Amino acid sequence: MTKEKREEKVLRCIQQSPGGVAWKRLCRNPMARFGGFLFLAILTACLIGPLLSSQDFATQDLARGAEPPSWEHWLGTDELGRDLLERVLTGGRISIGVGFAATFVALLMGVSYGALAGYCGRRIDTLMMRFVDVVYALPFTMLVVVLTVTFDRKSIFLIFLAIGAVEWLTMARIVRAQARSLRTLSYVEAARASGASHWRILRDHLLPNLLGAVIVYSTLTIPAVILLESILSFLGLGVQPPQSSWGTLINEGADKLDIYPWLLIGPAALFSLTIFSLNFLGDGLRDALDPRETHR
Amino acid sequence: MLTGVFSYRRILKYISCLLLVAFCACSKHQTNVERGNENGELYLGIGAEPAALDPHLTTGLTEYSVMLALLEGLTTLNPETMAVEAGVARSWAISDDQLRYTFYFDPEACWSNGDRVTPQDFIFSFERILSPALGAPYAYMLYPMRGAEAFHRGKNPDFASVGVSAPDARTLVIELESPTPYFLSMLAHNTWWPVHPPTILAHGSMTDRISKWTKPGNFVGNGPFMLKHWRLNNGIHAVRNRHYREHSEVALNGLHFLPIAVKSEERAFRAGHLHLTSSVPIHRIDWYRENQPEQLRFDTALGVYYYMLNTERRPLNEPKVRQALAYAIDREQLTEHVLKAGQKPAFHFTPPNTGGYHAKARLPFDPDLARQRLAEAGYPGGKGFPKLQLLFNTSESHRTLAVAIQAMWKKELGIEIELHNQEWKAYLATRQSGDFDILRAAWYGDYDDPNTFLSLGESENGNNHTNWHDPRYDALLAEAARETNPEARHALFQEAEEILIDALPVIPIYFYVTSRLIHPSVKGWYPSILDNHPYQAVRLEP
Amino acid sequence: MLSIIARRLLQALPTLWIIATATFVLLRLAPGGPFDSEKPVSPEIKLQIEAHYGLDDPLYVQYLHFLGNLLRGDLGPSYQYAGWEVQEIIAQAFPVSLELGLWALLIALAIGIPLGVLAALRHNQAAESVLMAIATLGICLPSFVIGPILILAFALILDWFNPLGWNFSSDRILPALTLGLMYAAYIARLARGGMLEVLNNDWIRSARAKGLSAWTVIRRHAMRSAMQPVISFLGPAAAGLISGSFVVETLFFIPGLGPFFVNAALNRDYTLVLGTVLFYAVLIISFNLIVDLIQMWLQPRSRHD
Repeated sequence: MTKEKREEKVLRCIQQSPGGVAWKRLCRNPMARFGGFLFLAILTACLIGPLLSSQDFATQDLARGAEPPSWEHWLGTDELGRDLLERVLTGGRISIGVGFAATFVALLMGVSYGALAGYCGRRIDTLMMRFVDVVYALPFTMLVVVLTVTFDRKSIFLIFLAIGAVEWLTMARIVRAQARSLRTLSYVEAARASGASHWRILRDHLLPNLLGAVIVYSTLTIPAVILLESILSFLGLGVQPPQSSWGTLINEGADKLDIYPWLLIGPAALFSLTIFSLNFLGDGLRDALDPRETHR
Repeated sequence: MLTGVFSYRRILKYISCLLLVAFCACSKHQTNVERGNENGELYLGIGAEPAALDPHLTTGLTEYSVMLALLEGLTTLNPETMAVEAGVARSWAISDDQLRYTFYFDPEACWSNGDRVTPQDFIFSFERILSPALGAPYAYMLYPMRGAEAFHRGKNPDFASVGVSAPDARTLVIELESPTPYFLSMLAHNTWWPVHPPTILAHGSMTDRISKWTKPGNFVGNGPFMLKHWRLNNGIHAVRNRHYREHSEVALNGLHFLPIAVKSEERAFRAGHLHLTSSVPIHRIDWYRENQPEQLRFDTALGVYYYMLNTERRPLNEPKVRQALAYAIDREQLTEHVLKAGQKPAFHFTPPNTGGYHAKARLPFDPDLARQRLAEAGYPGGKGFPKLQLLFNTSESHRTLAVAIQAMWKKELGIEIELHNQEWKAYLATRQSGDFDILRAAWYGDYDDPNTFLSLGESENGNNHTNWHDPRYDALLAEAARETNPEARHALFQEAEEILIDALPVIPIYFYVTSRLIHPSVKGWYPSILDNHPYQAVRLEP
Repeated sequence: MLSIIARRLLQALPTLWIIATATFVLLRLAPGGPFDSEKPVSPEIKLQIEAHYGLDDPLYVQYLHFLGNLLRGDLGPSYQYAGWEVQEIIAQAFPVSLELGLWALLIALAIGIPLGVLAALRHNQAAESVLMAIATLGICLPSFVIGPILILAFALILDWFNPLGWNFSSDRILPALTLGLMYAAYIARLARGGMLEVLNNDWIRSARAKGLSAWTVIRRHAMRSAMQPVISFLGPAAAGLISGSFVVETLFFIPGLGPFFVNAALNRDYTLVLGTVLFYAVLIISFNLIVDLIQMWLQPRSRHD
């Protein structure tokens, strides 16, 4: 088989599978393509950038604190004379990592919980939703403080746990509302009448239709999680100095906005670019996965 | 599809509507400073909401700064010189053995409801703060009074045994345990202030903590101002007290205490909403220094910032390791580039000029010596040094300082320190339990005497969490407490300080400075190490 | 309808009880107590202080005492702010937060929904990208960034507004914008998503084919279903908005409820934490009920659940 032929075959296989169709649609969407490339570029910069640089994110030069951007320090220096670009890039590793992992946890919990509650309906739904009310009302600050003393506070899982504990709730409510409206739709009822198992209905009919809302909400959750991380580090959980994260950098920069604007602009710009790219990607993904958009 | 529904013109209309609403509502108002200068009212930022306005229950400087307007003790301090002046007592006599003080009351001294301030009011107040049932945290401030400690500790439940009496309606006699040179200045502290007995009793019993007597409308005080309005997180408004003894001397008509968060205070000041702030953000100091130095005010404060070491944990149990850590810190770099407000680097523990005492002991900044000490302790070049943890309560300034010191230790000694922060109450709990290696701490003097600092190193002191004790040190301080000759006393303190700086259970970093922004129209606000600024002296000259 | 409301209110009682109990337990698990301070008092004095608040009783007695008071509607005195009752604090601060929250909600809806709907209508056009970029900006700029920027621009440089305070009607604008913009961004995204789902449905297409005007189709048919995700988001969001924001109310020095939630927890002010948490829980439960009712009304099919 020649090379071209093999590629053609692979291509055809991809085109035929539903995932492949979505992928093709995603690639056709210019904004999604742009978002994807941008995100990859940022990720690469965060992972490789600090390795290439001669400076270290923790190296200080107290006499040269808070200098505006220059050739030597592209984003300027912070008040201890550390290179801000280095700090933003190394902080990006943590923030992107925490953002994705915690959102994934929230997603997993929220979607399965919400879908189950919405699909089961009646008593179970009521019970499950009242539980959501309870967790929603608990004081987050106290929850985190107690978490830090009960468990090893250096554990990264604690961060996911703490963030997941709040972020899955809204997800569960949204998914549950969607699932409730979907379960009464004719094709779900038809599937049920034809004797399909609950699990099958959930998997084949409900979850694919929930994807749109879930993706949109996930792209909203990632920035929320990244910023929430700075609250956790206030309470002594999470990233410890001299390591930085976008949340803490932005939080500190915002206070000094009128004197050292670059302390906010650098981190906020990279954070915003990341969120933009993820949103474009997310919107493209939503459109690409929409089962009803096939006949367009 | 569906184009034309939202035509661009419709969008434009919509946006302009929103803007219109915004602009209609926006109209400039007079600023607080303009209004205050017109009405003779001072607007002060106090940084946080006061926990209470009961002089017997509060401990903080924020509360003190508000109560100073509302209440007055037997004596007051001159705002400029801090010399003792008349308060409720117009004059006093001291017995030859310095154990008996007789105070003659100012006949003009009145409560804000017109009642005369009587010696009985003071006796009631002393009994109140010393009653164990009230649980007053600072009741020990009254211990120089004869029998006060026994009564407070419940050893003698009869208040008549306490050395205070009123021979007639205008005289109060206080007897002391032992001669106390700073007794008269102590009387200016809020723990010695009176409360209005009928008001206290109208809202509960004498020792009720949960009482509404400090609410506006209920509050009866004897200070130059009286409480008019108080709303949490919104402000306290005090107005001129017409019954104050020197009512005509008071220049201001009112005071507004605004608990604006420290981060927002500077903006409020810049927009003309505060005459005075409670602090200045570090990143703003250089700007004011260059552009408006006359609005910047730094006062030395009686406080030291230090790191506490747990001397029971390896390797901090080794004095050489503690010395290595202390010698490797470049304090001048820190005060100049990180702290910026003119703090003094602390090469010893007691702040300079505490009660006239200047410590002679000196910590070196000597990286070579520090490396040598570390090598002698068995960690040449930091090899094999365990990863210690430095704990601080969450705050940007503590973190910045800790990061800078962490880097210095790494650079000079080659050791890694892990930073860890906790919110305030968790930090206090950890400190109490002793579960730390290195801990950020600070101490503000309760009174102007080296003892308030050096007693922290005593074995039995409740605030010594270092596990360090030295019988020689304890003996020196005990001797100093008995010594009445000031020079000999200071010599004993010098000796104790030498021991402390050699053993280093604590690593002093810097001495505090209070920084404020002050509007040029404020006059009569003088520097004060105890942060004591009587409002009688303050004038507004626009 | 009435029976649903009655049932939900009945369910609310055990929910509130669980919330109260869980919070009570959380508070006692947290390190540090309400009367710990920089310069610690002697153990005897601490015992005396705690006796005033019944903290010297065994824990279960304290718990029963707390529940008993709660049933009588008494939330107790604040530990941090001597002389203030928890009810008094909430009664004083909540109206402020409510007003701020309603303004913010209004801004969020007024900006978010048109932005989202418009973006959905211009799906796959350049206008959509621009609109969504605007909405995304709102998510990238959290209130602790937007707030200082707005203050710097409109209060300190342009001098149109006061940088902080809550005294004049113009003082409402900057904080409400700060608080509302982020929610507007969320709402825009959710509205767009919901609208796109609906617009692809066959019945919309057939309505269009029948010759109904685009505006009519949206108003009569699409809006209802399209707002589903927005409405389920709004329940908890509205409860959060009107119960006050720590960041915005601290930044703008507004005497609302927001700072108390955080400060009470940090001060270990047990009664104030319990009081504010229960108050917030009541808000959430009622808003979730309202949202569910609205959804039932919008989607009559799920009514017979």
